[in-house]
Amino acid sequence: MSEYSVLDHEMVPKHEIMDESEVKSLLKKYKITLEELPKIKASDPVVVAIGAKIGDVLKITRKSPTGGIAFYYRLVIED
Amino acid sequence: MNYSPPKRIDEIRFGLLSPQEIRDMSVVRIITPDTYDEDGFPIDMGLMDPRLGVIDPGLRCKTCGGRAGECPGHFGHIELVAPVVHVGYVRLIRSLLRAICRECSRLLLTDEVRDHYLHKIKELKKIKRPIDDVVREVFFEARKNTICPHCGAEQREIKYEKPTSFYEGEERLMPTEIRSRFEKMIDEDILAVGMDPKRARPEWMILTVLPVPPVTVRPSITLESGQRSEDDLTHKLVDIIRISQRFQENKEAGAPQLIIEDLWELLQYHVTTYLDNEVAGVPPARHRSGRPLKTLSQRLKGKEGRFRGSLSGKRVNFSARTVISPDPNLSINEVGVPLDIATELTVPMHVTPFNIEECKEYVRRGSKHPGANYVVRPDGRRVKILDTNADEIVEMLEPGWIVERHLKDGDIVLFNRQPSLHRPSIMAHEVKVLPGKTFRLNLAVCPPYNADFDGDEMNLHALQTLEAQAEAWILMRVQENILSPRFGGPIIGGIHDHVTGLFLLTNGEKKFSKRDFVELLKKCDIEIKLPEPAGYEDEKPYWTGKQAFSMILPNDFSILYKNGLCQRCSECKKEKCENEAYVVIENGELKCGAIDKKGIGAFEGLILDRIVKEYSSSDAARFINNFTLLSIRSIMHFGFSFGLKDEDIDHTAKAQIAEVIREAEDRVARLIDAYKNGELEPAPGRTIEETLELRIMEELGKARDSAGKIAGKQMGMTNPAVIMARSGARGSMLNLTQIAACVGQQSVRGERIRRGYRDRTLPHFEQGDLGAEAHGFVKRGYKEGLSPIEYFFHAIGGREGLVDTAVRTSQSGYLQRRLINALQDLEVEYDGGVRETRGVVVQFLYGEDGVDPAKSDHASPEVIKSIVSDVVGKDLEKVV
Ligand SMILES: [Mg+2]
Ligand SMILES: [Zn+2]
Ligand SMILES: [Zn+2]
Ligand SMILES: [Zn+2]
Repeated sequence: MSEYSVLDHEMVPKHEIMDESEVKSLLKKYKITLEELPKIKASDPVVVAIGAKIGDVLKITRKSPTGGIAFYYRLVIED
Repeated sequence: MNYSPPKRIDEIRFGLLSPQEIRDMSVVRIITPDTYDEDGFPIDMGLMDPRLGVIDPGLRCKTCGGRAGECPGHFGHIELVAPVVHVGYVRLIRSLLRAICRECSRLLLTDEVRDHYLHKIKELKKIKRPIDDVVREVFFEARKNTICPHCGAEQREIKYEKPTSFYEGEERLMPTEIRSRFEKMIDEDILAVGMDPKRARPEWMILTVLPVPPVTVRPSITLESGQRSEDDLTHKLVDIIRISQRFQENKEAGAPQLIIEDLWELLQYHVTTYLDNEVAGVPPARHRSGRPLKTLSQRLKGKEGRFRGSLSGKRVNFSARTVISPDPNLSINEVGVPLDIATELTVPMHVTPFNIEECKEYVRRGSKHPGANYVVRPDGRRVKILDTNADEIVEMLEPGWIVERHLKDGDIVLFNRQPSLHRPSIMAHEVKVLPGKTFRLNLAVCPPYNADFDGDEMNLHALQTLEAQAEAWILMRVQENILSPRFGGPIIGGIHDHVTGLFLLTNGEKKFSKRDFVELLKKCDIEIKLPEPAGYEDEKPYWTGKQAFSMILPNDFSILYKNGLCQRCSECKKEKCENEAYVVIENGELKCGAIDKKGIGAFEGLILDRIVKEYSSSDAARFINNFTLLSIRSIMHFGFSFGLKDEDIDHTAKAQIAEVIREAEDRVARLIDAYKNGELEPAPGRTIEETLELRIMEELGKARDSAGKIAGKQMGMTNPAVIMARSGARGSMLNLTQIAACVGQQSVRGERIRRGYRDRTLPHFEQGDLGAEAHGFVKRGYKEGLSPIEYFFHAIGGREGLVDTAVRTSQSGYLQRRLINALQDLEVEYDGGVRETRGVVVQFLYGEDGVDPAKSDHASPEVIKSIVSDVVGKDLEKVV
C-alpha cells in the first residue's frame, strides 16, 4: 500500500500548531480560557499527521461558503 | 443579594427504597384507617396525622413547625402484615426467578461465565453506555441451565400469571417465598443482572413496608356543604390499612389457610391499584360514584400527567385565546381585542403622585371598561374591586399601591399562533379594543403566523412589567419582524386581494376622475397633494392608477426590476415592454410596469424589501398599511369576482384542445408501435422500456401544456382567474389548465400508473396495453368532469400526495425538535461568536461571516449592487 496522508485530501482544511504567544493572544482576543476552546482528540488522524501533542492549540483555516476564509481553533485533548 | 452560581448535575441515580429506608424517613407509623374524629380533628397515627404536614392555613406542622406552604410535608409508613409484589417490577421479578437457583439462590451460570458478563458490564459503564443488551443475555443464558451449576439442584419451570402471581410447576409461589429467595442472592450475582446491591436489592421489589405520602401530596378538600372529601390516594391507603387489619385479626384467630390466602390476595389487589390503577387484568378500583380512582401511576402518566402536563407544559396567567378574523382597517402593528377579554386581562399600574388621579379613575370605574379588577396594597394583599367597595378603595389609594387596570388601546401584548415553528410565530402587537368576540388582525400579518380564518384560534399574552413591554416593543413588534430571519426578505406583505387590487390599479393606463382618485387614497396615512393630472379627456382632467400607487411611495424611492409577467424575451424591450413587466420607479414615481406579487407580496416583495432596508421599519409598516388600504379600495373600484363561467372556453377552443390531445395520443401510439417493432433508440443510460415511458410522458406533458396555452389564450388577461394567476395573487396557470382544459398525466413516484392487475391497471384494458388512457392520462379537465376510469387514476395519484405530506410533516417536526433541543442554549455574544452555556466556543464568528441573515439581502451577499447604484447615482440600467 502506498503512503497516504490525510493532509493531502481535498476535504481536510489546513491545520497548524500555534505557538505559545499566538495562543495567548487568541485567548485574550476572545476572553476565554483554554478549556473553553473547541476540542480535538489526540487520536484524530489530522492531529497524528501534523504531530500535535495534548495541550497544543491548532489553527484551522477553512474555506467557507459564507465568509470566504474562516479560522477555527481547537485544543488537542486525550481520548 | 445572595447569589449562588447555578450548580451542574453530574449524575442521577435511581434505586429502590429498602424497608429500613422507608422506616427511617417516616415520621409516624400509620395503623388506623380513620382520618378525622367526630370533632373534625385528625386522628393520631391515622392517615391525616398532624405529623405528616399541614394543609390548613393557620395550623403549624407537628414535625417541622412550619406553616402551610412552608412545611414540605413528611412521609409516614404502613407495616404490611404480609409481603406483596410491587406491580411495577413483575417483569424483572419473573426474569430473576427464572435466572436463579430455587435452592441456593445463585445465578444459574458458572462463576467464569458470570465474571465474563460482569467484566462486560463494567466496561460499558465506564464509557457510559447502556448495559441492557448484556443483562438481557445474562437472563437468557441463565434460564437455559436446568441444573444449578453450584449446588446441582434441578430447576422447575416458573410460570407467571397476570397480574402478580407466580407458579413453580403447579405450586403457587407466595411473595414470602420469592422474597426469601432474593434475600439469599449474593452481590456479584446481583451486579450481573444489572442491579446495584447497595441501592436496589432484589428483595426490595417485594414490599413489606409501604411509604405513606405526606398530606400535602393528597390534600383533602372541604366541600361547600362543610363535608370533607378525601383525595383518591387517601381512599386507597384507607383500603390497604383496613385489609391489613382484617388480615391480622384472621391470622390471630387462626382462620383457615384458604381465608388467609383470599385476604392476602385482596391486600395485593389494593397495593397494586394504589400504585397503578390501569394494570392489565386488574379491575380498576373505583370511587363510590363509579369513577376509576386516580392513583400514583395515573398522576404521572400521559398528556395531563405530572411530566407532560405539569412540568414540560404549564398554563399561564394573563393570557387569552379566541378565534381570529380579519380587519383591513387595523395597522399591521395592531391586534383587535374583544371587549370581554380586555375587561378580564389586566396590566399592573404602580401608583405614583403623577398618575394617582388616573389610577383613581380606573378604580372608580371598576368593571366598566377602561377600569380595574384588583388593587394590590403595599403589604402585598390583593383586593378585588367591587361596585360596593370601589369608593372606599379610591379613598385609601396612595403611591405604593398597584392598580391592576384593564387592557386598553395602545397596550403592548404578545400574539401567538401554534405551531410556533419560527420566531415570527410570536410577535408583539398594540391593543385595539373592539366590539365582538374575535381577535382581529391585518391580513398582511397572516403569512408569518400562517393563519387563515377558517376557524383558526390564537393566543394573546398581556405583558406585566414595563421591562417586558419595552423589550417586546423594541424586539418583537410586528414592524421589526417584516424581514424574515430565515431568508432575509419580507415575510409580511400583500396577499390575495392586495396583489390583485394593486395589479388592477397599475396594469395598463387606468384613468380616474379627481373624485375617484381621492377616494382611492382617502384612508391612507399620507399627505394628499394632488399631482398634475396625467392628461385630459373630454377636457376633464384624469389621473392614472400608477399615479395613485406613486402617492404612497417615499418621495426619493427608486428601484428597477422585472416583475412576474416577464416572458424572458430574448431581447428585452425595457420601458416599452407590452407585458408591463419592466418596473421602473424613480423618485417615488411609478414610471412603467405593473405592481404584482414580486413588488409587494409577502416572501418576495422587492419594493417592500428595499423600503425596510433603506428607510426604516416604521416607514415599511406605514407603506404596508397604505398599500393594503389602497389595494382594497382599488379592487372595490374595479369590481372583482370569480365564478364557474370564468372557467368556460368556447367550442373552437375545445375542438382545438381535443385535436391537440388526439394528436398526442397518436404520437404515443406510434411510439408504442416503434417500440414493439424494435425501432426505438434507447436514450443514454436507459433501457428501451424506460426510454419509451420517458418519451410517452414527455409527449403527454407537452399535450397538456399546449391545451393549457389554448385555454389561457381564450380567456385572456380580462379573466379573473388569469389575473390572479398572472399577478401572483392566488393560483397558477397550471391550476387553470387543469380546470378548463386537461388534468394531464397522473403519476405514482414520478412514473405513469402501473399497479393494479397482472400486466394491466384495470380489467377494462387489454393485458400489455401501453396507451395513454390505460396508464392514467386524464384528458378531460375538472370543469368538464372526469370519466370513471380517469377519476380512479386521479384518486391514486392524489393519494400519494396526501401520504407524502403526512409523512413529511411528522418527519420534519421530529427533525425540528431535535435541532431545537441541540441549539436552543447557544448564544451569539457581543464579539460575534457563538458560545454554549458553559462558555465553550461553538463558532468564533457566527455563520463564519458574522452576518445576521435577516439583515442580508435575500441571504446573499449581493448588497453590493444596490450600494453601487446608490453611490454612482441613479444609473440603474447598468446595475441590473
Ligand atoms: Mg386554518
Ligand atoms: Zn412539617
Ligand atoms: Zn443451587
Ligand atoms: Zn420583458
